[in-house]
Amino acid sequence: MATTIVQPGGTPPAVTLPVNGKPHHTSGWWGMILLVVTEASLFAFLLFSYFYLDAQNTLWPPPGPPDINLAMINTIILVVSSVPARLGTMAIRRGARARLSLSIVVTMALGLAFLIIEAIEWSQKSFTPQTDAYGSLFFTITGFHYAHVAVGMLMLLVILLRNWAGHFNAHRHTAVENVMLYWHFVGVVWLFVFTTLYITPHWWR
Amino acid sequence: MATATIETRLMRLWETPHSLYGFFASTDHKSVGKRYLVTAFVFLLAGGVEAMVMRAQLIKPANHFLSPEAYNQLFTMHGMTMIFWYASPILSGISNYFFPLWIGARDFAFPRLNMFSYWTFLMSGIVLYTGYIAGYAPDRGWFNYTPLADPLYSPGLNEKFYCVALLLLTVSTTVGAINFIVTAFKLRAPGMSIGRMPLALYGTLTASFSNIFALPSLSVALAFLFLEHRFGMHFFDVSAGGRPLLWQHLFWIFAHPWVYIIVLPALSFISMIIPTFSRRPIIGYTWNALGVAATGVLGFGVWVHHMFATGLPPMAMSFFMAGSMAVVLPSAISIFVWLVTLWHGRPVMSTAMLFALGFIFLFVIGGVDGVFTGSIPADWQVTDSYFVVAHIHYVLIGINVFPILAAFYYWLPKITGRMMSERLGKWNFWIMFIGMNIAFFPMHNLGLLGMPRRVYTYQAGLGWTATNIVVSIGAYIFAFGVLLFVLNFFWSLIDGPIAGPNPWDASSLEWATSSPPPPYNFAVMPTVRSRDPLWEERLGMGKRSDVFVGPVISDEEKVTLGTTPLDGLPQRVVSFPEDSVYPFLTSVALTAICYGLILGLWGLALSGALFTFFFVTGWLWYAPKPVEV
Repeated sequence: MATTIVQPGGTPPAVTLPVNGKPHHTSGWWGMILLVVTEASLFAFLLFSYFYLDAQNTLWPPPGPPDINLAMINTIILVVSSVPARLGTMAIRRGARARLSLSIVVTMALGLAFLIIEAIEWSQKSFTPQTDAYGSLFFTITGFHYAHVAVGMLMLLVILLRNWAGHFNAHRHTAVENVMLYWHFVGVVWLFVFTTLYITPHWWR
Repeated sequence: MATATIETRLMRLWETPHSLYGFFASTDHKSVGKRYLVTAFVFLLAGGVEAMVMRAQLIKPANHFLSPEAYNQLFTMHGMTMIFWYASPILSGISNYFFPLWIGARDFAFPRLNMFSYWTFLMSGIVLYTGYIAGYAPDRGWFNYTPLADPLYSPGLNEKFYCVALLLLTVSTTVGAINFIVTAFKLRAPGMSIGRMPLALYGTLTASFSNIFALPSLSVALAFLFLEHRFGMHFFDVSAGGRPLLWQHLFWIFAHPWVYIIVLPALSFISMIIPTFSRRPIIGYTWNALGVAATGVLGFGVWVHHMFATGLPPMAMSFFMAGSMAVVLPSAISIFVWLVTLWHGRPVMSTAMLFALGFIFLFVIGGVDGVFTGSIPADWQVTDSYFVVAHIHYVLIGINVFPILAAFYYWLPKITGRMMSERLGKWNFWIMFIGMNIAFFPMHNLGLLGMPRRVYTYQAGLGWTATNIVVSIGAYIFAFGVLLFVLNFFWSLIDGPIAGPNPWDASSLEWATSSPPPPYNFAVMPTVRSRDPLWEERLGMGKRSDVFVGPVISDEEKVTLGTTPLDGLPQRVVSFPEDSVYPFLTSVALTAICYGLILGLWGLALSGALFTFFFVTGWLWYAPKPVEV
């Protein structure tokens, strides 16, 4: 895909440039990187609030360090889900559309497992968002992350539908690169959330 | 003529249909920019009327013209309107209109997102003001300290309107910032390397980067407060392990960078105006550019100077005092850059230039009393007094309103195609300048005499009465000056002389196209090989840039040229999306979510979320065009 540049006055074309160029040269890719940066800042401020109240309170967390088992399973699930996401990106770079669809479905299945397990974990907590500041922060931070995973699932759904509609090929698949980048981000930021909420209370006792 | 045909074809390709659909679907950055400017100016007038009513209340002691509750709502709405809905959007308006023109592109990197940014800004303002009309305006001050703003002390919908309206505005501002950054780095004209960008870009770019990092802090604070009010959670109340100071930290981590977000772009507009009217290129381009960027970075390290009176450890405060003093350096660099440029130029005293010079004067006063409020011992004396009110108004009127008016007198002829009256303009400047100083300079005194800010009235015999009369009169003189500007603007629309492409004989790219510019901006893509492409020959550097001849790129598809981020070498052809109503529909759906959250109508909020998903999907659903080999 290339376009020729028209010179006024009918002079012969001077240069030939690609239309939109490689996915990593597109505006969309840059836009997604900046979105990830601002979302990462959002989580940084959420965790700042957690550590601030941690430092200000003598008893933290008030119900004692949280149980780590379910969260550990969830961490593994979310980290592993980046693998099919990555394989999907690599597949569409070669133009393998069926493999992309398969990768998206596997990624979404792992994402769904994460969401279900997280909901189970919430239901087992001894405190509610209304109990105290710790409860509010715990549910707000995990809730923000939950919402990000849910939005990531919707994004994966849209690129799955668009892939079935034949929108992507080896040259034109910025949307896939973008959604997968977002998905990796959601996984990476969970590692920070997990470390903060589940590891540091055990660590600093 | 081949060129004429190309222009006709470009016109057919780029022009938005003049219909109802076209009004809601247009993605032309120039119509977005105009709407931003008009809407933000209306908010300026609204905030101005609120200020006038407040000054009527304060003109004499023990006045009962307003109730304390009404006064609380007024000063809160005045602050919020001016700081959030006027000061930043008006800058976005100018940058929206001129960004692609400055860099020689046909539109923004994300034209639809640009439109979405405008509609969301408008909707957030509507959300805020419907709260006011319904009697639920925020009334705890624009920085809304807890515990006063906690559910216990502020029941009712007021705080919910505060949180949700601002959250919606952060969405608009964030996507706008991303759009500015990507456009500046990806769509500059070929040859416009990073060191040849017009200086105006540095201010808007720095502000956009600050937005990316600072706005999430506000979003977190607002989300916490909203969850407290809507779901009974605890973040700020001590009885449940929360801390009121958490709000202050989160708010000021955002709000001090925000001060620079609303002044740096204005400052960099001045860096475009002063060289034009000094009739020479700016001296110290690099210093100015780096100074602006450094201010943006240092702005993140000073937030605690708003909290000197909260009992933080002295050691921690000292660092932030040092940081606050350090910000003086890059600002001083900018001032010296302008002064040296003036000194070595042949200044032309146009109205725009007068406003620019008035700005420098006010900037110095605001900066010097900033040094007072930034040093701990002085701050302890003047905090929460009228001294701080004087400071914030010198800074925000001085470094935002005056540069904006300079920018209006300079660039409105490009937008409307007609000149404004210089004679009326000079009246306008002097009345505003004198009114501003009469209104705000005595406030320093009031503060030193101990008058606290945000009191709805005061007793006679405290020595404040005479000064308050002077302040009120000054405020009315200032308001009259603003009205003269409105008058001048409408006069120019009706009877102003035709501007022509380059009325000020300026050097940057936006003056190379007609006034107003055609929908496609430039018929041919300019090639830039210096900082002042229109002045090259008279500067004795010979003709280097090609502004009027060059490639058309394509007259068959909506495209522009994409270049490399630093060197500005041609890299790719960027295709643009067609006009679309989805951005508008998406912001309507988001607004539905907002009202649902405020009022607790979960059905409304949920259907808003559902429609947001559908509209965004429709927005992003591009079927590829058939590939021609």
